Amino acid sequence: MKDYLQLTASIFYWLFVAPFRGQMFSINDTFRQIVRIGVQALPMASLTAFSIGLTLAMQAAHEMGRLGADAYVPDLVSLTLLRELGPLLIAVIVIGRSGSAVTAELGTMKVSEEIEALQVMAINPVRFLVVPRFLAMLVMLPVLTIFGNYVGMVGGWTICHFNIGMDTSIYIFRCFDRGAPWDLFSGLIKSVVFAWLIITIACHFGLTVEGGAEGVGRCTTNSVVYSLLAMLIANAILTALFFFT
Amino acid sequence: MSDTAINAAKPDPGPPVIEVTDLVREFNGRKVLSGITFKVYKGETMIIMGGSGCGKSTLLRHIIGSLKPTSGSIKIFGEEITTMREPELNGIRKRFGMNFQFGALLQSMTVGENVALPLLEHSDVDPSIIDLIVKMKLELVGLTGFEHLKPAEISGGMRKRVGLARAVALDPELLFSDEPTSGLDPVMTAVVDRLTEDLTKNLGMTAVVVTHDMTSAFRIGSRMIMLGTAERQGKIIAEGTPEEIRNHPDAMLQQFIRGEADGPIPLKLSKDDYIKRLIG
Repeated sequence: MKDYLQLTASIFYWLFVAPFRGQMFSINDTFRQIVRIGVQALPMASLTAFSIGLTLAMQAAHEMGRLGADAYVPDLVSLTLLRELGPLLIAVIVIGRSGSAVTAELGTMKVSEEIEALQVMAINPVRFLVVPRFLAMLVMLPVLTIFGNYVGMVGGWTICHFNIGMDTSIYIFRCFDRGAPWDLFSGLIKSVVFAWLIITIACHFGLTVEGGAEGVGRCTTNSVVYSLLAMLIANAILTALFFFT
Repeated sequence: MSDTAINAAKPDPGPPVIEVTDLVREFNGRKVLSGITFKVYKGETMIIMGGSGCGKSTLLRHIIGSLKPTSGSIKIFGEEITTMREPELNGIRKRFGMNFQFGALLQSMTVGENVALPLLEHSDVDPSIIDLIVKMKLELVGLTGFEHLKPAEISGGMRKRVGLARAVALDPELLFSDEPTSGLDPVMTAVVDRLTEDLTKNLGMTAVVVTHDMTSAFRIGSRMIMLGTAERQGKIIAEGTPEEIRNHPDAMLQQFIRGEADGPIPLKLSKDDYIKRLIG
């Protein structure tokens, strides 16, 4: 825990203090990480979001159809995606795809002495390796979440339009009428918190790998497990704060 | 001739570049380095040698500031580094280069980007000049035209040479090399040795080389230390010029230099010791 907190403090230093002392992190590397962590996760995030929107609409249409409340399917799809499932499922995808990759990459660098080589060259590994990944995750997870929300709504539309026979304009109107801006913002706040947890946990485990290939595997597993746990706990706390107080 | 007269004849080597005093390092109660004391002067090539597990690389990692000792002192350029904080230590680190045993190249970067990295980070040199310096450094280690390849696309020996090119990219005052010639063919070993000699003899660089390669050690070393194993684990068992080391009476040292299979460093345990180790 002490190492984790030290890493977080160090990220803050290199992000907010050091640039004013002439020690800037690499903007090029940040964009490179944005592509790796975010842009390359788009197809997987889209597919997940689409299938969740589709499934949600199918379940809702089946149950609500029996009550004659078909018209409320878009409401349920948009609210569930914006508030809960959008941020949560996109974060799960990013943990599995990008968080684990960051831990494995940093862990491999640690065991092959690359991180020690950086230190010996007087290059701080947090500034050089962690800060670009941190920024990329903090930018791209909310972006992926917004994108996923709307792809999920397209999934819901597929059922509403082709199965229930709802007009597209009515579907769009109901989605945006029921989903208030706060619903979107609460989901985005969640995704920023998730991004923070995912990337700091991934980097922490990557930088503390010991013991070769076996250690890299162990730390990557731990990184995924702890990220999921931390994210689910944070989600429960944030939902309670936003909608239950 | 009196001692005073002999000393007067020797040129003053000046203050030591590296001064290690009574260095002790324990891992989980096991002493890996035990009271190491030596000095390295400007322009010297100090060879650190010894059998596997004697603590050579551990000693080197203490000198470059990667590990902190249990006790003892390490001074580089006259400054105590064991108590230094990271920012101060980085000031010292910018003045030396380190060639890691397996290169330790950043796999995500090309060979050229690896060599350019210290220059980009610690100098204000124009990128076009950096490109030129990178080509010159790669030329020094016989790797012209390899700058666009990734470390995974070149051989282990080439990676090692790129590591050396990166270590000397900033023209440091001090060069550390961990097994610079292991795994290299004889011609490339000679190239790396000549480069080290050129850097020390012509440019006044100081070098500390950890090696097992006795041909290379006697070719480039101006002074040598040998670390012991077993009951003399982590202690300096011999120190001197190559000539003094060659004629040293220590049997373990002579076995090591000649590369003999059996001797004070035993090939096989005695029957009694073998049984004792098996059943405790």
